[in-house]
Amino acid sequence: MTKAQLLLRERSVRERMTPPSRFGDEAFKWLTLTMALAVVLLIVLIGWQLARGSSLAIQKFGFSFLITSTWDPVAEQFGALPFIYGTAVSSLIALLIAVPLSIATAVYLTELAPLWIRQPIISLVEMLAAIPSVILGLWGIFVMIPWLRDYPFPFLKRILGWTPIFTGPIYGPSMLAGGIIIAVMIVPIITSVSREILRSVPDLQREAAYALGATRWEVTRIAVLSYAGKGLFGAVILGLGRALGETMAVTMVIGNTPQIAASLFKPGYTLASVIANEFTEATTDMYLQALFEIGLVLFGVTILVNLIAQLLLKTIARGASPRAVQ
Amino acid sequence: MTMRTRRKDRHSWRKLESAVVSGLTFCSAIIVIAPLALVFFHVVKSGIGAVNLDFFTKLPKPVGTPGGGMANAIVGTLELLALASVIGIPVGVLGGVYLAEYGTARVNWVLRFIADVLNGVPSIIWGVVVYGLVVLRFKSFSAYAGGLALGLIMVPLILRTTEEVILLVPASYREAALALGIARWKTIAHIVVKTASRGIITGILLALARVGGETAPLLFTAFGNRFWNHDLREPIAALPLQIFTYAISPYDDWHRQAWAGALILVTGVFCVNVLVRIFTRVRAMPV
Repeated sequence: MTKAQLLLRERSVRERMTPPSRFGDEAFKWLTLTMALAVVLLIVLIGWQLARGSSLAIQKFGFSFLITSTWDPVAEQFGALPFIYGTAVSSLIALLIAVPLSIATAVYLTELAPLWIRQPIISLVEMLAAIPSVILGLWGIFVMIPWLRDYPFPFLKRILGWTPIFTGPIYGPSMLAGGIIIAVMIVPIITSVSREILRSVPDLQREAAYALGATRWEVTRIAVLSYAGKGLFGAVILGLGRALGETMAVTMVIGNTPQIAASLFKPGYTLASVIANEFTEATTDMYLQALFEIGLVLFGVTILVNLIAQLLLKTIARGASPRAVQ
Repeated sequence: MTMRTRRKDRHSWRKLESAVVSGLTFCSAIIVIAPLALVFFHVVKSGIGAVNLDFFTKLPKPVGTPGGGMANAIVGTLELLALASVIGIPVGVLGGVYLAEYGTARVNWVLRFIADVLNGVPSIIWGVVVYGLVVLRFKSFSAYAGGLALGLIMVPLILRTTEEVILLVPASYREAALALGIARWKTIAHIVVKTASRGIITGILLALARVGGETAPLLFTAFGNRFWNHDLREPIAALPLQIFTYAISPYDDWHRQAWAGALILVTGVFCVNVLVRIFTRVRAMPV
């Protein structure tokens, strides 16, 4: 073969090896990118839609919307304070109940429990997370509230009746009942996130403590919990985010009365429940605008809380990787 | 001697402390799962009596007339899930493919972050947004609006699970396909996604089970309907909505129906969850 022939042959081989067109690759990449960018679009869409829907109310009431407590659709006077108060108090009650239980359960599942019992309990906690909110609410109305009204509430009143938060008549549907049902709803997420956090603590930490002769609990306390503090805080904040937005179950047990009362036996109202209850009844434009603004407030708060939670969780996830320790 | 006994005492005290804490955390775990058992017990006990053939085949009866069923609500929920899938599955899966296969670390971090924040948006907010987008514009509650609300909730859920399972596919699979001269997108579509398909389907099923039980986003989008829906531009019934309406009504007969509906819904949701767990092991809640 002459040199020219060789060159020709090499070129034809090279031509055969280069793909005929990169169009498919480019198109596919852009298609998937567009879909991935949908999440950005969705966040912007929510904010824009809520702001647009409530622009007149924002103009009319301004900042006083957040700090006044008149909610009178007939007179078109709208103040969201009772709902903000209700959301804050019911979420706080939920956290007070759910956080110790969830973190203790997560500790049990990662550090203390015998191995064979871990997976069944983990599955059961995940099943609890799968119960639809409306079914928990149904159970709340017909089972939990009658029970609370007959046993724990009178007991609390007898023991702590001298404090302002456990006084007054016991109806059943109440701020406390709302807080308890939210606690049931957020326990699974706090538990499973805390479990992930504890699992990401490097074994070296534990081994070092064991080597010093620590007991199981001492290992957990000294080597694991102190190491995981920031991440556990993130799990709690994530739970708070869920608590603020819980709708159906709370709406069914909290009593839906816009008032600010010290007693937890009194009914309350939350931002999410007022939207759920009154949205389809909003007959005037300003009423609907006010409800959109309630939605905007709820969205703003949950986004902020979730941002903080994710920042805490994401930074801990990187810091705690075993590679960083070695 | 005294030194040794003291140390021994201290050692047994420490062991006792450890045992007590183990016991306490065990009790917490029991308290945490107790509501599951209680809800399940009451739903079965109160619901089983009202579940019969009529429940699956008949429309709801007016107040005061005993009997009737939730056939329209069961079918309505399935229709809404189908509509939601049309939006949620393609966007979620393809978005997940981008994160796992193309995105740079920085872009991925941001997108993942936003998807996780989006997962935390209360479901009622989605209802309000879709109301503004669709219901106000077309001046009618509709099955399309309900399906859209549920579909948008599914997007971040599916996106995250898809990304996670695609990342589990070994890089050698991709390298082998590329070495054979197969185009990148074909490698992804035919080799990578196919290998991960089981996990992707799991994620989709879990997302469907999750939105299938949602009530809040449907209140003012799908709205509910006491009759059959013959046109997707009209309001449509859904099982969770019907349970809610019946639960807060003052009629005993409707309460019985609500429990029966709850039994069906819980059974459906749990079946999906249990089946998925048997066939694969994937995290239920992307965080």
